[in-house]
Amino acid sequence: MKILVCISHVPDTTTKIKLTSDNQDLDKQGVQFVIGPYDDYALARAVELKETNGAEVVALNVGTQETEPTIRKALAIGADKAVRINAEPKDTQFVAKQIFEHAKDAVYDLILMGRETSDYNSGAVHGMVAEMMGIPCVTPVMRLEIDGDTIKMDKEIEGGKEKVEAKMPLVAGCQEPIAEWKIPNMRGIMSARTKPLEVIEPVGDGETIESLGYEMPKAKGECKMIDKDNVEELVNLLKNEAKVI
Amino acid sequence: MSVLVYVESEEGKIKKSSREAVSFAKALADKFNDSVTAVALGTIDAAELSGLGKNGARKVLHDSESEFDKGRISPVASALAKASEQESASIVVLPKSSLSDAAAAKLSVKISAALGTNLVELPDTSDGFKIKRSIFTGKAFKFERLLADKKVLTLKKGAAEIMETGSEAQVESFTSGISDADKDIAILETEKAEGDILLPEAELVVSGGRGMKGPENWGMLEDLAKTLGAATGCSKPVSDMEWRPHHEHVGQTGVKVSPDLYIAVGISGAIQHLAGVNSSKNIVVINKDSEAPFFKAADYGIVGDAFEVIPKLTEAIKAAK
Ligand SMILES: Cc1cc2nc3c(=O)[nH]c(=O)nc-3n(C[C@H](O)[C@H](O)[C@H](O)COP(=O)(O)OP(=O)(O)OC[C@H]3O[C@@H](n4cnc5c(N)ncnc54)[C@H](O)[C@@H]3O)c2cc1C
Repeated sequence: MKILVCISHVPDTTTKIKLTSDNQDLDKQGVQFVIGPYDDYALARAVELKETNGAEVVALNVGTQETEPTIRKALAIGADKAVRINAEPKDTQFVAKQIFEHAKDAVYDLILMGRETSDYNSGAVHGMVAEMMGIPCVTPVMRLEIDGDTIKMDKEIEGGKEKVEAKMPLVAGCQEPIAEWKIPNMRGIMSARTKPLEVIEPVGDGETIESLGYEMPKAKGECKMIDKDNVEELVNLLKNEAKVI
Repeated sequence: MSVLVYVESEEGKIKKSSREAVSFAKALADKFNDSVTAVALGTIDAAELSGLGKNGARKVLHDSESEFDKGRISPVASALAKASEQESASIVVLPKSSLSDAAAAKLSVKISAALGTNLVELPDTSDGFKIKRSIFTGKAFKFERLLADKKVLTLKKGAAEIMETGSEAQVESFTSGISDADKDIAILETEKAEGDILLPEAELVVSGGRGMKGPENWGMLEDLAKTLGAATGCSKPVSDMEWRPHHEHVGQTGVKVSPDLYIAVGISGAIQHLAGVNSSKNIVVINKDSEAPFFKAADYGIVGDAFEVIPKLTEAIKAAK
């Protein structure tokens, strides 16, 4: 079995977002980049499946050379091989197209990725790849088991969950608690250095989106503090000032 | 530039986020002196369908096929592609949800459209098609110009006011003709909390964190929520420890909420939690630690022990009603 795990390279979730002075880009100075938190779940599940069912796990990232430490981390966690598509991941459609161009010939049984990236939050790459490939897409997936050529999953819905199944090949957008995040150990880190990391040039595609810049949200006003022995005051403010109750 | 809008329903009722999407679509269509057609799929009350007119739809295409009640992604994307062709729509608007996000993605590929996600305001069409979207889970915004002729847009919850002024919409039956290929996923079992207010749709939310000490103490929060008519949420460790179900987990890696009122009890206000609640209109924080970071993001705060403050607050709300 072959599993493709698509990983994003995103600022660590504790990052305070700052912009460059011309508001044209994010200020990357001092920002720690990591594997997207949802992608980390997808990767951890792929590595578990490799251990229990036997599989080859390929980690793929669309990114410039600066994402290589993130890719090496995926190898250290247990991916067998990595592919970097050498391009700035400018928009969702572009990223999906690059993944498709790689996956269409590579006969993957499963394509796993996070339900969305933690930077641009589109939650769209899995759907686009599935549509381009002509295979099913399930998201957000909280449990995933393999039974012959069938994939059994629990998928979150608003206010609950659903048990679903589909035939391979399939694209799944993953989230917790599908697996426990894995932390690379020394052996993993050492072996990652010798694992293959293939760099592929992107397939040209007309852009559908032009970036025009960024903006920060307005700063919050002061918090009104209310004495714990005067909760009536809070109720009064919620009723008459905020007008929400 | 005809504008199509997909409306989601829950137990036969149109969801609030979909009414927002219809009103948003109407404001967008007005820019082109055009009208809005809503697409409704599955079992939905007739009055709900015609009532979409009040929110801005002139016409509603309804495919009542019960297949759609199953919440599969592929049939929704295929039905929207068919409707957009039938109506010659160049813009399709969807409310944001995990189903609509994926359906929007598939649709954009099917009809070769540019995809704009998580929109927070009406596009500026004075020079091309410029959108403003929420990124980093509300920690920043990005402006983009969509270059393709066709556009698929998803709207962030709470980003548009619901219009209530229009007249009844004309409801037409619509056959989207789902193919077997669209039934690519078998849905075996659905587990849903009965009668609860859906968290992503809720106007009022009461959320508890690790400061609640254990699942046995949630009754207190549920009483407060019930008194207010609010949904309940929680922080990530609370769902990780299985004190509460995962679908109540709010934050960057959980549900994103944008209610009128978010009450956080015993939650420290870690950046990842804030990311999921920062578009709430009013935030109340109750925490015994006056240094808890959540107070910086709050509109109203009480420093105090949840176990003392919550029952008193519930009583005070009852008294005020
Ligand atoms: C990649 C990643 C993603 C994450 N995503 C999310 C997410 O989506 N959502 C999320 O919530 N977290 C998320 N987290 C976790 C986040 O960093 C915090 O650990 C978490 O939000 C803390 O939850 P808490 O506030 O309930 O608990 P704590 O941080 O333990 O805070 C408990 C609070 O309760 C207060 N308290 C204790 N007793 C009382 C009492 N009797 N009365 C009143 N107050 C009391 C304390 O003063 C404290 O402030 C994520 C973390 C990572 C690394």
